[in-house]
Amino acid sequence: MTPADGAAHARNTLFASVAVALCMAVSMPGAVAGEDAEIWQSVRSDVFGDERKIADGSGKLKLEAPYRAEDAAIVPITVTIPASIAPKVRKLTLLVEKNPAPVVAAFKFGEAAGLGERRISTRVRVDMYSNVRAVIEMADGSLHMQTKFVKAAGGCSAPALKDMDAALASIGKMKLRALQPKTQQSSRPISEAQVMVKHPNYSGMQMNQLTGLYIPAKFVEHMEVRKGDAVVFEMEGGISLSTDPNIRFTYSSKIEGPLSVSVRDTDKRAFKAVAVAKGS
Amino acid sequence: MKKNGAGMPGQPTGIGRRKAIGFLLAVAGWTVAGGASAGKAVAKTRKFGVLEIADGVFVHRGKHDLQRADNYGDISNCGFVVGQSGVGVIDTSGSFRAGGQLREAIRRHTDKPIRYVINTHMHPDHVLGNAAFKQDGVQFVGHSKLARALAARGERYLSAARQAMGEKAFAGTEIVLPTVTAESPVILDLGNRQLALLPQTTAHTDNDLMIRDETTKTLFVGDLIFSGHTPALDGSILGWVEVLKNLGKVEANRIVPGHGPEMMKLGDASKPMLRYLNAVIADVRKIIAQDGTINEAMARAAQQERERWELFDDFHRRNVSAAFAELEWE
Ligand SMILES: [Zn+2]
Repeated sequence: MTPADGAAHARNTLFASVAVALCMAVSMPGAVAGEDAEIWQSVRSDVFGDERKIADGSGKLKLEAPYRAEDAAIVPITVTIPASIAPKVRKLTLLVEKNPAPVVAAFKFGEAAGLGERRISTRVRVDMYSNVRAVIEMADGSLHMQTKFVKAAGGCSAPALKDMDAALASIGKMKLRALQPKTQQSSRPISEAQVMVKHPNYSGMQMNQLTGLYIPAKFVEHMEVRKGDAVVFEMEGGISLSTDPNIRFTYSSKIEGPLSVSVRDTDKRAFKAVAVAKGS
Repeated sequence: MKKNGAGMPGQPTGIGRRKAIGFLLAVAGWTVAGGASAGKAVAKTRKFGVLEIADGVFVHRGKHDLQRADNYGDISNCGFVVGQSGVGVIDTSGSFRAGGQLREAIRRHTDKPIRYVINTHMHPDHVLGNAAFKQDGVQFVGHSKLARALAARGERYLSAARQAMGEKAFAGTEIVLPTVTAESPVILDLGNRQLALLPQTTAHTDNDLMIRDETTKTLFVGDLIFSGHTPALDGSILGWVEVLKNLGKVEANRIVPGHGPEMMKLGDASKPMLRYLNAVIADVRKIIAQDGTINEAMARAAQQERERWELFDDFHRRNVSAAFAELEWE
């Protein structure tokens, strides 16, 4: 196995663990603090390596997540990075530490992410009571983290699909729309938009008990958003992202050209959309 | 609606038959204890009361509560209809033990054989008592999408029930899949008495089935109607409104809701439901139009409904979350 193979393998297990047994074995809430620390040690070493220090991210980023989630399959989380920090941030990684695939998504920011306050909101699956973590990587390579504890269970194996037929019939349907500015400032450097993708994002942990087989993992693995030719962000996603992936994000309104998004799933299906301006 | 697809006695007509799958799941070590232990449980607890709401039509009223040890899942309505040659059971409450108590109640009123156990939909408080009727060699009957829905969720339903109720109340509980399924209206015969099965499009869930006793025109609507208990959305909010609007066209002298009193007039029952669902739809649409978030919707939508329902905090925010995820695609 070449080092590259190893990296690819590690990446796959972090984003889409096939260790179904793990999901079953650890799905009781209330693990003791020592075990929790051990789980995070192993996750952080897989994702960021053992060498790198992760600093407390207070003041550098804010993570919002509900303490008690209403629906473990769609837990809304938001990360906000203040304008003073945002231009120096090159990557944001979201993790649900006790999920079978702890990395929810990693966002690599491009030039069109802009210079103002940066915000990313999405919805995640939470399989058992767990810390949710947001880690930013600065241009100098330093890492900064915020953590929130979320009480929710069953998000990975629960079918979020309420109407299974409707969900499969509309796979690949997308919506990309610019959102209305909250304040009427004439020279806003930053705008906000939302991208939605109809996709079951099968976790590989939902069992078809008629056949006794697990529905194979099938999910959105890559998303790229551009303003004109400039990249807003590139996202690598995994099975911990909810069904019908939904991302709100800020971008630079100073760059010319349309907002566009392209998505690829694990079956190598590609979907594209161009933003429709609000009210048009 | 097809009014009379009169089948052979005891023979479901036009129904897709599935192979009976006795189904034991993730409950290693548990075996079905059968009648003896169910009988013992009854002796120790208060009688599982049933009310005869029409000639030969009996309903047990479940508590408005979440599943826990002291209610062992007895938190939804269930009932049975007695024909000349047999009994049809409609929903089985929320555990093997509660199902066993329903079976005891049936035995207090009739010794006719139990032929059918019909589930109005997939939810655990309506299906987890099914196993108590395996000893009767019944046909388990449901919507054509019930088996798939239970297959996808059964394991989680069992582990959640076990955790919420504890081992003692959970003992013997398993998922029993339907052996007979209905994709379009069909008739079951209980001997000079017919039950019409009326499968619905996606509403409360994607496998809602209504059952009408043709003799008394009593309509079991399952969880298409909640009364008192906050509705729980697990299908499509727009679809649910559609189904409720069409309910007015179904001939019925009385309805039996999935949660609430033993019987109601349809108009009295559907009005508050529609008011609630429409309030959620209107507010969520407004919040989406203003680019609001799912969190804002959960905090603000249809708060005027709060005082009108029990268990509001246990269900409402989740309903709004589901409605938001549906309506943002409009
Ligand atoms: Zn229900």
